[in-house]
Amino acid sequence: MNPSAPAAMHEQTIAQLSAGLAAGQFSSAELTRAFLERIERSNPQLNAFITITAASALAQAQAADVRRRQGQAGPLTGIPIAHKDIFCTHGVRTSCGSRMLDRFIAPYDATVVERLNTAGAVMLGKTNMDEFAMGSSNETSFYGPVRNPWDLNAVPGGSSGGSAAAVAARLAPGATGTDTGGSIRQPAALCGITGIKPTYGRVSRWGMIAYASSLDQGGPMARTAEDCALLLATMAGFDPRDSTCVDRPVPDYVAGLNQPLAGLKIGLPKEYFGEGLDSAVAQVVEAAMAEYRTLGAETVEISLPNSQLAIPAYYVVAPAECSSNLARFDGVRYGHRCENPKDLLDLYTRSRAEGFGAEVQRRILVGAFALSAGYYDAYYLKAQQIRRLISNDFHRAFEQVDVIAGPTSPTVAFNLGEKVDDPITMYLSDIYTIAVNLAGLPGLSLPAGFVGQRPVGLQLIGNYFAEERLLNVAHRYQQATNWHQRTPAAFA
Amino acid sequence: MSLGVAEVAKIAHLARLAIRTEDAPAYARNLSAILELVEQMNAVDTTGVAPMAHPLDMAQRLRPDEVAEPNQRERFQSIAPRVEAGLYLVPKVIE
Repeated sequence: MNPSAPAAMHEQTIAQLSAGLAAGQFSSAELTRAFLERIERSNPQLNAFITITAASALAQAQAADVRRRQGQAGPLTGIPIAHKDIFCTHGVRTSCGSRMLDRFIAPYDATVVERLNTAGAVMLGKTNMDEFAMGSSNETSFYGPVRNPWDLNAVPGGSSGGSAAAVAARLAPGATGTDTGGSIRQPAALCGITGIKPTYGRVSRWGMIAYASSLDQGGPMARTAEDCALLLATMAGFDPRDSTCVDRPVPDYVAGLNQPLAGLKIGLPKEYFGEGLDSAVAQVVEAAMAEYRTLGAETVEISLPNSQLAIPAYYVVAPAECSSNLARFDGVRYGHRCENPKDLLDLYTRSRAEGFGAEVQRRILVGAFALSAGYYDAYYLKAQQIRRLISNDFHRAFEQVDVIAGPTSPTVAFNLGEKVDDPITMYLSDIYTIAVNLAGLPGLSLPAGFVGQRPVGLQLIGNYFAEERLLNVAHRYQQATNWHQRTPAAFA
Repeated sequence: MSLGVAEVAKIAHLARLAIRTEDAPAYARNLSAILELVEQMNAVDTTGVAPMAHPLDMAQRLRPDEVAEPNQRERFQSIAPRVEAGLYLVPKVIE
């Protein structure tokens, strides 16, 4: 490759593409066509997209070019992105990875989609995901698994696996995701990209199909922290239509990226480096900590003593909320309806059994059990109490340190089919991410190295509304390292 | 807690899911394993710990009781499996 030649469009970050558009090096229409061609070529292999919206993407791109000529362009105007298929998109199928919504054409846009549309971003399509965001490997999707661009035999992680694979394979420079127990951070880690789950309430959940309402949070996935800052600046903000959305000003995430790290105190929870963590992953994380010390940060060991309770509490809270949220799928108002129901009960039970896959049904059943008469105190109430203990652990830790760091996932990407028949083993791949959702804190995953051909993610956890600091801490690392610039050979 | 097929059938009814008889043993096994995982919570005494229902301990925001949404019945019913004269059709409920 000639080092003086300009990088191909797909090799550039959102920040670089934004500068290229502003300088008139290419139009949004050209940029959008380039990504659509890449999607057309690679999607049959990766299965990262459920729906490709080529015609509307080109129309949006042309509108963005007009807007730019009128001097009305912002940093995301004309930038192509992909949306996880959990966000409602007006007039476009929104399947949530489920047969239940295979023919569901959303009648409105989610707030996140609306905000990105208003900023002039171009939607390339809707990305594949675990069914109703329930999964850590993307294998529960009705549309089949997504493959990891670094190794086609490996899973991309989940549930936002399509978004992660699309960004990693350079089919889109950025994408939206959602994270209930790790669904942005774990696939970001397994695919070697950057993703941030904001503080609960930072990004509107309106029009984002609900899984576990007290845990769900949308966020951006891109190659760099800088790109995540650009996307989050547009996605975040108050929305009166989501009653849990927080009315609080959105900081200028991009402006905060370059703060020096001198004096930064990073806490390393000893519970995140114990049994269950792959030793090669641990080495990568330790090397990243050495890099942070070179950048002026101090690392100290801390303890989050209730960490081992996060998965047990999560598998009560999340299924309980899912059984309640998914009760709306009744075969009457929208979604799948069975053939020739003999009575109303048959209509409900058969439509739901046909529309939902096995993992979704398992979680609905666990939730229905945990909430049933006589079991509420032992399961749901107990889990909510554990949640308080976990949250208190973090409160105490943030009295000592500015951010917490550790592995995003205990291993690199596992093979397709490896864990699909064993739900419990699958659940353990979110062991370091779930507590963050239970406490409602922001968490970020960024690429920090490889084990063999497969990427390792470093997780950074911040205090409430410390997204700006997390993005800054990630950005400074990315200024000093190049893990985030690596491209899977087959998709260079 | 270990669940048998009869309990799975009861929960499936509560959840309005038609579980096939031949699938019930597998669900019973999976659900029992998940409950066993969940019961690790019992290792900790939580007496007197206030349950945490919301990550930010926020109070529910209220808004004035005014009509905020226009009527969009036709638009929303256009994606329904079966409608007639503005009504959702279901099998006969009253004999």
